[in-house]
Amino acid sequence: MAEYTRPQSSEEFHQNFEQKKPLMNETEAYYESSRCLFCYDAPCVTACPTGIDIPLFIKQIQTGNVTGSAKTIYDSNWFGNACGKVCPTKVLCEGACVYNHQDIKPIEIGRLQNFATINVIENNKTLYSPGPDNGKKVAIIGAGPAGVSCACELRTLGYKVDIFEAKDKPSGLTVHGTAPYKITNKEALAEMDYLQGQLGFQIYYNTPISHAQQIQDIEQKYDAIFIGVGLGPTADLGLPGDDKDNVIGAVEFVEALRMKEHQISVPDRVIVLGGGNTAMDAASESARMGALEVTLAYRRSKDEMGAYGFEYDLAKNAGAKGLFNVQPIEILGNGSVRGVKFIRTQSLTGQLQIIEGSEFIIECDMVIKATGQAKMGNLFALINGMELDRSKKDCGKSCHLPKYKSKIFCRWRCCKWWCGGGEWST
Amino acid sequence: MADLSINFAGIKAPNPFWLASAPPTNTGYQIMKAFDAGWGGAVWKTLGVPVVNVSSRYGSVNYRDSRMMGFNNIELISDRPLADNLREIEEVKKYFPNHAVIASLMVESRAEWIQIIKDCENAGADGLELNFGCPHGMCERGMGSAVGQEPEVLKTIVQWVMEAANIPVITKLSPNISHITDPGRAAVAGGTSAISLVNTFKSIVGINLDTYAPYPEVDGSGTNGGYCGPAVKPIALNMVKELAQDHITKNTPISGIGGIENWRDVVEYILLGCGSVQVCTAVMHYGFGIVRELESGVLQFMRDKGYNNIEEFRGKALPNVKEWKDLNLKHKVVADINAEKCIGCQLCYTACEDGAHQAIALSGDPAIRIPSIIEENCVGCNLCSLVCPVEECITMVKRDDGTERLTWAERTERGDVPVTFNDPLAGGIGHHVPTPEDAIKTFKNTRK
Repeated sequence: MAEYTRPQSSEEFHQNFEQKKPLMNETEAYYESSRCLFCYDAPCVTACPTGIDIPLFIKQIQTGNVTGSAKTIYDSNWFGNACGKVCPTKVLCEGACVYNHQDIKPIEIGRLQNFATINVIENNKTLYSPGPDNGKKVAIIGAGPAGVSCACELRTLGYKVDIFEAKDKPSGLTVHGTAPYKITNKEALAEMDYLQGQLGFQIYYNTPISHAQQIQDIEQKYDAIFIGVGLGPTADLGLPGDDKDNVIGAVEFVEALRMKEHQISVPDRVIVLGGGNTAMDAASESARMGALEVTLAYRRSKDEMGAYGFEYDLAKNAGAKGLFNVQPIEILGNGSVRGVKFIRTQSLTGQLQIIEGSEFIIECDMVIKATGQAKMGNLFALINGMELDRSKKDCGKSCHLPKYKSKIFCRWRCCKWWCGGGEWST
Repeated sequence: MADLSINFAGIKAPNPFWLASAPPTNTGYQIMKAFDAGWGGAVWKTLGVPVVNVSSRYGSVNYRDSRMMGFNNIELISDRPLADNLREIEEVKKYFPNHAVIASLMVESRAEWIQIIKDCENAGADGLELNFGCPHGMCERGMGSAVGQEPEVLKTIVQWVMEAANIPVITKLSPNISHITDPGRAAVAGGTSAISLVNTFKSIVGINLDTYAPYPEVDGSGTNGGYCGPAVKPIALNMVKELAQDHITKNTPISGIGGIENWRDVVEYILLGCGSVQVCTAVMHYGFGIVRELESGVLQFMRDKGYNNIEEFRGKALPNVKEWKDLNLKHKVVADINAEKCIGCQLCYTACEDGAHQAIALSGDPAIRIPSIIEENCVGCNLCSLVCPVEECITMVKRDDGTERLTWAERTERGDVPVTFNDPLAGGIGHHVPTPEDAIKTFKNTRK
């Protein structure tokens, strides 16, 4: 079914993961930007989670002020380039474009955004400089979108900033957890270099916070601490056979795929469990890695999936097949996974019910669990006095954090702790 | 089928679509191609003592995604020997005896005028056009617009030409003058057979922001050029109207020039009195093939309106172009927004709010983006309908019953007009105007 052959080289890998939003050339940007109506109180701005002044940056592209355009974008969003590429623009800014009401193609806002940001990144144009030193130091845990954005903001205000990052690269899910056809590693990291080069914050890589002593040291040494750690590894399903070989969490799968590219091998038959956007990504990625049969298994109906319709279409077009109203009850195999036992379900008056006696088995060589991530419980446990609100993915009991936003991560919580991060649209 | 053929001041042509004297008419090769493509006439690139040109000669004004909305040039008249041009005129006329070939001329002395007229007549030209228009280069040498700007000199030269010429003479006017009727009347006084206008406008199309030189750049410098293209059409149309309504020039045939690119432009020029039109920029942009669109459009217009020939609708708009004082003050239109078509861009709102009369309201609910007209504030200015990006979404609806008619001239006659600074007859009295403080309430919307 899949039309993708197994990539044998980096080049073939990138062919299979061709960018969904390729870079515009100057001519395309010129014509596309000329279509923008410059709406009053523009709906695209309202729809943008980071409130970028979209009509302004498009007008600036049109008038040849591409650097000014990038400045408009970065003024609202430190991950201006990454967001242009990975944001679900079809349902956000582009979905709100008034042209949709006239059955005219909406402005390609995401691609125009990248046209501007890539221009300044590639030409290393200086847009920002650190503020005058105010003598204060802030520690940031996590060099993902929340942490790096926080660092940029604080540097412009004159704080000294050190970031502690568990992994060996910055940008968090941008480089580790985003489908490769949305943004390349090179592009994600180039934006980080660009920001760091202008604002000069320090990142300590391979420095996970795993002991209480580290926390105490940080508390002593810094005037404030910002936690931007997002979520942890894929949560346990608690199914019999969950621990078999080739049963992998989606987040871990995507990270391995991004870091090793063609060097990882995806077997012929893959079952992806879940109905969110990460599940769609994992299914699409498996197919693009040359898997012959990719099954997207979701316990509720197709209409109840959390994933965007276009993400499901993307997975389907890559070769994945949807299987709905099926709940996994056991992962089968002898050492390595050989199949998944499902039971059929139905939704009755909003309640999901199991249909007794409807068990069946689908054979497979790999199971990818895209069923949600755990909180970074170990880290939070190290922080004296911090309690977790179990009902939310957010990190603290007394701060109800908004989902990922680029500039404002959370409210003041207590003493010198700030918390942020959370969700990143993959 | 409608007949497009014309007899313009004695010059016959299969249609009114002529090429203006310009780079597209530099050679017999180009004119033969143009006639084959469908053009009915061509005014040869101006003949005279051959010039020397500079390299880099054209500049343009682009508007958003439209290129060459305005265009300027610093090229001079023909740089080819006269004999070559004359030989080619003869050749073109052999192949296309029924098409109009007009020789554009620009020389200095009376003797030169007489000589070149004879040469062109001998070559078989159907008419002459006197280039009194070029606003760059040639004018520095006392020719082109230097003549067009001095009605007395212009009249004298036209007289010289009329004494020598046996074929129709078109005097081409420069628009770089306060009253186009001044050179127009001078040409008529000199005995010209016809008038053509406009030549190009003195212009600087832009400055290079790195070199600080105007476009087109010639080794770090530039000079003013002659401006043409779609951007100049409204100004040219008005000048055509001036001559077509002037009591001295109105009976002289006019060949319309300026920004003509499509059939609508052609029809507009004819409706204002032109008997032929001349095109340059559109051909420099799209090539000779553009004439297919002109011809098809004009023919369709004639079929739709039931006209058999050009003369039947020539000048038909002239009675409707009046002075302001003769317009009906009782006529009243207001804007109407079609909610079905509205896409919620709110450009009409911000245009009216900031640029006109604060006569459009937002719903107050961010989810409902369709604005509404505050009819009592609407003065019927059209601005909202002009900025609306959706065809026929905002229309201007007539509110008077058409029975009343009163003009400024009539009101003046009966002493019914405001004459003092705070006159109670002021038109704006009673019309809603927000207070300056009301602006503060809108600040939150405009300051991000």
